[in-house]
Amino acid sequence: MKRVYPDKEYCIGCHLCELACITAHSKSKDLIIAYREERGRDGLSPCKKVFEKGDTCVAISCRHCDEPSCVAACISGGLYKDPETGRTVYDRDKCVGCWSCLMACPYGAIRRHPIEAKIVKCDLCEGRENGPACVEACPNQALKYEER
Amino acid sequence: MKYVIIGNGIASIGAIEGIRKVDTENEILVIGSEDSPAYGRPLISYLLAGKIGPDRLALRPQEFYEKSIVTLKLGITVTDIDIKARTVSTDKGESIEFENLLIATGGIPFTPPIPGSDGTDVYNFTNLKHAQVLISKAKTIKKAIVIGGGLIGLKAGESLFDRGVDVTILELSPRILSLAFDENAAALAGGRLAEVGLNVKCGVTVKEIQRDEEGNLKGVHLTDGNFMQTDVVVIAIGVVPNYSLAKDAGITVDRGINVNDHMATSADNVFAAGDVAQAKDLLFEDNRVIPIWTNAYNQGFCAGKNMAGAKIEFSGSLAMNSISFYGLPTISVGTVNPPEDDDSYEVAITLDEKKKCYRKLVFHNNHLVGYVLVGDIDMAGMYTAFVKFQMAVPEDARKQLLSGEPDVLMWPDDFFRETWNPETKN
Repeated sequence: MKRVYPDKEYCIGCHLCELACITAHSKSKDLIIAYREERGRDGLSPCKKVFEKGDTCVAISCRHCDEPSCVAACISGGLYKDPETGRTVYDRDKCVGCWSCLMACPYGAIRRHPIEAKIVKCDLCEGRENGPACVEACPNQALKYEER
Repeated sequence: MKYVIIGNGIASIGAIEGIRKVDTENEILVIGSEDSPAYGRPLISYLLAGKIGPDRLALRPQEFYEKSIVTLKLGITVTDIDIKARTVSTDKGESIEFENLLIATGGIPFTPPIPGSDGTDVYNFTNLKHAQVLISKAKTIKKAIVIGGGLIGLKAGESLFDRGVDVTILELSPRILSLAFDENAAALAGGRLAEVGLNVKCGVTVKEIQRDEEGNLKGVHLTDGNFMQTDVVVIAIGVVPNYSLAKDAGITVDRGINVNDHMATSADNVFAAGDVAQAKDLLFEDNRVIPIWTNAYNQGFCAGKNMAGAKIEFSGSLAMNSISFYGLPTISVGTVNPPEDDDSYEVAITLDEKKKCYRKLVFHNNHLVGYVLVGDIDMAGMYTAFVKFQMAVPEDARKQLLSGEPDVLMWPDDFFRETWNPETKN
């Protein structure tokens, strides 16, 4: 399956991927409305996180692991592997907000929703015509969406 | 039958998914003594609290079983395993042959002998039936005593309280959550429960349950000499491995069913996983029973692969708990209460009682071996990485961990690349 691979040699730490992510997951699909309104009002937040250390930075999100720790830890059946697509899928309605996945994922790729007892996790922009928005937005090709 | 699984909990789900990683064809039979589809056992406290309805209990949709070619026999109890004839017998008089068997019978509530406990209105809280009974009971009762201030007891108490019941939780040891959490975390969690209105009493338990001449529950005599009126008593001290089936079959058991690194028991083609199994521990040399959700799934998954012919070693159990108390989240992973007389452990603590924020890191030989977080839990996974992958923590890295900012850029370069940006496969 295709996954998003971050390259710390190329990442410039601009956070554009985070902005593209919230826009893609917003109701308005408009960066300014998403950032100025939906972020505060709805707790809209990115599935990606940029880590920086000196000059080095990298943008990470869910790896859609073959054998994910989050699925093993999920007590509600809200996280599971889609056997057809290989994606680690999140069913928001089933989630009870116990944070077991957040604890179990050693890649730090799951975050709490700022307002609701739900998690925020990359869905590879499912259904988006041009694939993951973060990859499209990356100005320095530090994110690649491909089969490896 | 190629694969037979006794038990229909999370270890069983793990096993089905493990088998299907290797073998997509041969049929699987699951025999479960409870009459309901596999449900998230921890969800029973959410159900009892009224936070979710019964429609949200199922762990996997019905089509999962169809797609995975699984036949479910529910409401049926296995009464006997014959390891020579390779058959299991059920309480319905059936005899079922197996090529590979998984024993995933979980735990049963541990009930200490308390005078007066035989009779009405004394309950456990480990399965769906218990929750359903308590939901209907909660409509008519005013007071409840919960024996046990561990995870199950606190959750049982909280859920009954949410149904409008006046709850008192009794814990024999000096503090609640004595196993999974430390003093500071327990104090913060206990404080939160007290704020909301639950009564938690430590250092005391029930000596005797008082009944009237008709056998109706009246109250409890405590070890401190006090008497408390109550309508129900919930015994929630913990679970013990439910291994009698295996033991009776001549399979080696210790605290749980002994399994090797492939989750195989002492009997050929018989495996065990979950709360019933005594399996390899990630942090310690020995094999232990660690009755924890994630381990049960992982052990089941590993057992399933091995049952299907793959030779996969179990990576080892790691204790981890995530539990919230009325909006106060707590997470505990690995070794959180190292032996006090062992100098090879180092403990670092940050506590802000006002903000209800706590972080404890436990190091052993320059490795992070456990941690506790209360309040600010968002970086939990990044700490888990250091415990799980057993990465060394040099001095400068330790500072970063202590400041609450672990990240992936602290990982060794090769491991980072392998994980996040591996070479393209040709």
